[in-house]
Amino acid sequence: MNDMTPTREQRSAALEGMGCKRKRVEDIRFTQGKGNYVDDVKLPGMLHGDFVRSPHPHARVKRIDDSEALKVPGVLAVITAETLKTVNLAWMPTLAGDVQMVLADGKVLFQNQEVAFVVATDRYAADDGINKVIVEYEPLAPLVDPFKSMDKDAPVLREDLAGKTSGAHGPRKHHNHIFEWTVGDKELTDAAFKKAEVTIKEMISYHRTHPSPLETCQCVCSFDKIKGELTIYGTFQAPHVIRTVVSLIAKLPEQKIHVIAPDIGGGFGNKVGAYPGYICAAVASIVTGKPVKWVEDRIENLTATSFARDYHMTTEIAATKEGKVTGLRVHVLADHGAFDACADPSKWPAGFFNIVTGSYDFPTAHLAVDGVYTNKAPGGVAYRCSFRVTEAAYCIERAMDILAQKLNMDPAELRLKNFIKPEQFPYHSALGWEYDSGDYHTAMRKMMETTGYAALRKEQADKRAAFARGETREIMGLGVSFFTEIVGAGPSKNCDILGIAMFDSCEIRLHPTGAGIARMGTKSQGQGHETTWAQIIATEIGIPADNIMVEEGNTDTAPYGLGTYGSRSTPVAGAAIAMAARKIKAKAQMIAAYRLEVHEDDLEFDIDGFRVKGLPEKFMSMKDICWAAYNSVPPGMEPGLEAVSYYDPPNMTYPFGAYLCVMDIDVDTGVYNVRRFYALDDCGTRINPMIIEGQVHGGLTEAFAIAMGQEIRYDEVGNVVTGSFMDFFMPTAVETPHWETDFTVTPSPHHPIGAKGVGESPNVGGVPAFSNAVNDAFSFLGSTHIQMPHDFWRNWKAAKQLGAVA
Amino acid sequence: MIPGSFSYHRPASVADAVKLLSDLGEEARPLAGGHSLVPMMKLRLATPAHLIDLHGIPALKGISRSGNNLVIGAMTTQHDLLASEDVAKSMPILHEAALLIADPQVRYRGTIGGNVANGDPGNDMPALMMTLGASYRLEGTGGARDVAAADFYQGAYFTALEPGEILTSVSIPVPAAGHGYAYEKLKRKVGDYATAAAAVVLTMAGGKVATCAIGLTNVHETPLLAADAAAAVIGTSLDAATLKTAAAAAAAIMAPAADARGPVEYRKHVGGIMVTRALQRAAANAK
Ligand SMILES: Cc1cc2nc3c(=O)[nH]c(=O)nc-3n(C[C@H](O)[C@H](O)[C@H](O)COP(=O)(O)OP(=O)(O)OC[C@H]3O[C@@H](n4cnc5c(N)ncnc54)[C@H](O)[C@@H]3O)c2cc1C
Repeated sequence: MNDMTPTREQRSAALEGMGCKRKRVEDIRFTQGKGNYVDDVKLPGMLHGDFVRSPHPHARVKRIDDSEALKVPGVLAVITAETLKTVNLAWMPTLAGDVQMVLADGKVLFQNQEVAFVVATDRYAADDGINKVIVEYEPLAPLVDPFKSMDKDAPVLREDLAGKTSGAHGPRKHHNHIFEWTVGDKELTDAAFKKAEVTIKEMISYHRTHPSPLETCQCVCSFDKIKGELTIYGTFQAPHVIRTVVSLIAKLPEQKIHVIAPDIGGGFGNKVGAYPGYICAAVASIVTGKPVKWVEDRIENLTATSFARDYHMTTEIAATKEGKVTGLRVHVLADHGAFDACADPSKWPAGFFNIVTGSYDFPTAHLAVDGVYTNKAPGGVAYRCSFRVTEAAYCIERAMDILAQKLNMDPAELRLKNFIKPEQFPYHSALGWEYDSGDYHTAMRKMMETTGYAALRKEQADKRAAFARGETREIMGLGVSFFTEIVGAGPSKNCDILGIAMFDSCEIRLHPTGAGIARMGTKSQGQGHETTWAQIIATEIGIPADNIMVEEGNTDTAPYGLGTYGSRSTPVAGAAIAMAARKIKAKAQMIAAYRLEVHEDDLEFDIDGFRVKGLPEKFMSMKDICWAAYNSVPPGMEPGLEAVSYYDPPNMTYPFGAYLCVMDIDVDTGVYNVRRFYALDDCGTRINPMIIEGQVHGGLTEAFAIAMGQEIRYDEVGNVVTGSFMDFFMPTAVETPHWETDFTVTPSPHHPIGAKGVGESPNVGGVPAFSNAVNDAFSFLGSTHIQMPHDFWRNWKAAKQLGAVA
Repeated sequence: MIPGSFSYHRPASVADAVKLLSDLGEEARPLAGGHSLVPMMKLRLATPAHLIDLHGIPALKGISRSGNNLVIGAMTTQHDLLASEDVAKSMPILHEAALLIADPQVRYRGTIGGNVANGDPGNDMPALMMTLGASYRLEGTGGARDVAAADFYQGAYFTALEPGEILTSVSIPVPAAGHGYAYEKLKRKVGDYATAAAAVVLTMAGGKVATCAIGLTNVHETPLLAADAAAAVIGTSLDAATLKTAAAAAAAIMAPAADARGPVEYRKHVGGIMVTRALQRAAANAK
């Protein structure tokens, strides 16, 4: 070999495959303002729609008068529930098995509910129009507190459900009850509590918050009357699901519906479900024969499209005096708002909340979840987490700290004592999951060593003494969090959406010159799929990532998939990509064998081509194989080099991590300072470390926001009081702490490339770390649990209640 | 969040602007940086039929000296204030407070005139202007008049501006050489209005406070001068007891609204703390 021959390292590096910190290819257009978002879609003759919304949280709609609105120049139509009834669309099904009003049908059930849809020639005229629609309401008593939902005299919210004693998930106990979901062995768990040496019990609330992506929900619907085809451009995390839903509810043949999700400015669960805006824009386009655009503004996004959490978790742990956990009992009161519009797999009304046993070896556990209606916006989506997993992680991580406090034990030590051991994997949890792999002790110890945990505890003890002596007004907290997630929904045996199994897919086509295009059923909203998917293919088949174009979001060209949320893309579509690539590789091997005149079995794959075993100079590169695929394939073989894979995962994946937050709080103002935040993530095989780091930074920032102040709050009469970024805490770079990231690697044994998914881990693990830090800071003053969010005034209030401020 | 329709006017002189304002009456509003007015219009909380844009009037921009006063044209932006060496040297508290307003984008557009004329108790400049003893020049078709900042604010969004008048400049006496100053503002994040803020300008003599003025932001429907609190510290060396008395005197005149920043009790409590901290820092940097 001469000096010009690249080394194996150089050949491997040239691929920019798995493990490479490849720069995000999508950023070339994003950083230059050349992204193509829904609001960039401008079709000839396009109209604009906007909503008249209810100022009341609960009221009867007596009359809607659109006569003045129709006189506004540019206003063409005002659509109401009555209009929608003519096409049977006044109500729509939700993913959770409930139904939801598209436009107010006789009643409104939450403030800012959609009442009428004004269609006009431009956005300004539409807004002028909505201000001229007169709606007469008869206010009704609002129901705001979920703990009062099932009171005897609670107002009836859902008159449409009158007489229905059961819903999609079994019996209903009350007119405002949605479902009860129970998991685990009640008798065994009750018995464990009876014998327990130590127990704790605490009502741990995870407040209502909102995914609030930078880009709000929006769509452009364009109906072609001649062809009978409907094209929908939308901010969809799951474009194929939207196509099927539209086909089912609008009774349009599915091949005549084209759903296109262009670039998406963040989703975080907000863009999984279907909203009234989509239905109204589609109907308006069918009625007018023109394209119709609907774009939500920030207030509408925060107050009307899907919120997240609102889980009130009464949590009990039974343990021995030595701190070995013996039982877990949780009851959740789930506030779903006016309609059950959770975006969970069909059979999971509380998502995967039964991951609530966390990283610990609970011999027995029991869980019951009651879902209830209130006069609040519907939702309950998975905001940067797999379904209800962040609620579960918060619940158990907070409860373990409370137990540690009761036992007077260090929270890290208590966790180490109860972790599932490496040799117990695959581990069957008391609430029914099979954890694929983990090495919790190693991760925890690495966190403790790297952060100097013992020294931090010593510093905390000194600071507490100084506080007691009156030398400082600052208290210090250490927030430990060790989370286990369950992601990658999911295996067809337990996951479907509207009856469609939650597989995912990939189609790869290689072109003659050694390049190719790959399409998936997933849809990036900022996760960087165009970058990482190409890296998987690069490593699997030896074509440089730069030569692979990744395309998602067009239902006409992409294979059917269930979309991107719940950290499912890498576990499911990532596997499909590897499997499709392996099909291509197998064919490539046959072509290479033919061309090199050897038997297939005499070939071995070597980075970017096939080599004859023992004859290193006999090599055919993948680039050459691509060319050969289009002119000289073995006799009897079809030309071309492409493959499709639909991957039904055998199990979920279980990423985990060890986080530590070090926080100081000024008791006089409640102002906190996150001095340090360390996040160790184990997401199995790491495809692109830079993207992982970016995902962790983003997820931690959201976790920080949620724990420290981000809240959708209603006043006692049902007015939503946090409807803009002036009040809904959206941290800037200035407030955001500095993040230290770290990792261990425990591959998933059942995933083709061993990857587990990471996009949501930091949100799941981060929230308990922040909250535990605040609670740990105050614990020496005598508190056991302070509810989130921990904004300045609430910290001050805690200090005051604990007697630390006058 | 789409404003209603309006007509746009861009006069080239103060005379033209006030003429337009008086001709068009109640339905007309001056437009400065637009960073308070436009958000209100997008929510349709303000629906002016006419906007009189003041950007075409060169005379309204700039910072100059008039005797011992710094005279700042109404259309001078917060960014201009931050860029001015004269402000940084002779009135560092103005620099400090301007830097605590929102973010660079807002400060590039937002003007001192708009900030003080707006009448929003959340704005930072009004309490500071009262603390510094500033006065505002108001011009209408009938001529010009000067009104002390301390007399200007009547209620939330209610000021001494008469219909047809615009505020053309702000005149601020330069504080004594060696004065101490501090603007302490508690906010939840960049871009947030104050939970409570306190401005202090003082002079020290022989380790004791010789003169002192204290202003308060966003703890009442108007900006406040905390006269009793200021009186309480004169002649003291700001010992713990005095600071406590001053904070209590300041808190006694606060009447904030409960909002997402916290309940009334909290906002008054931290208002007192802002006063304490501003006094301590001002005393420390006085020469
Ligand atoms: C996100 C954000 C955060 C902010 N945070 C803060 C903050 O923390 N502290 C703070 O002080 N401000 C804050 N502001 C407001 C900002 O400083 C505004 O720029 C300022 O309040 C108004 O100045 P303007 O030039 O933008 O006035 P405009 O918005 O144009 O006008 C405001 C009002 O004053 C009237 N007006 C303007 N100029 C004159 C004049 N010369 N004569 C008579 N009337 C006039 C207008 O008619 C209008 O009613 C914030 C703004 C934003 C958008």
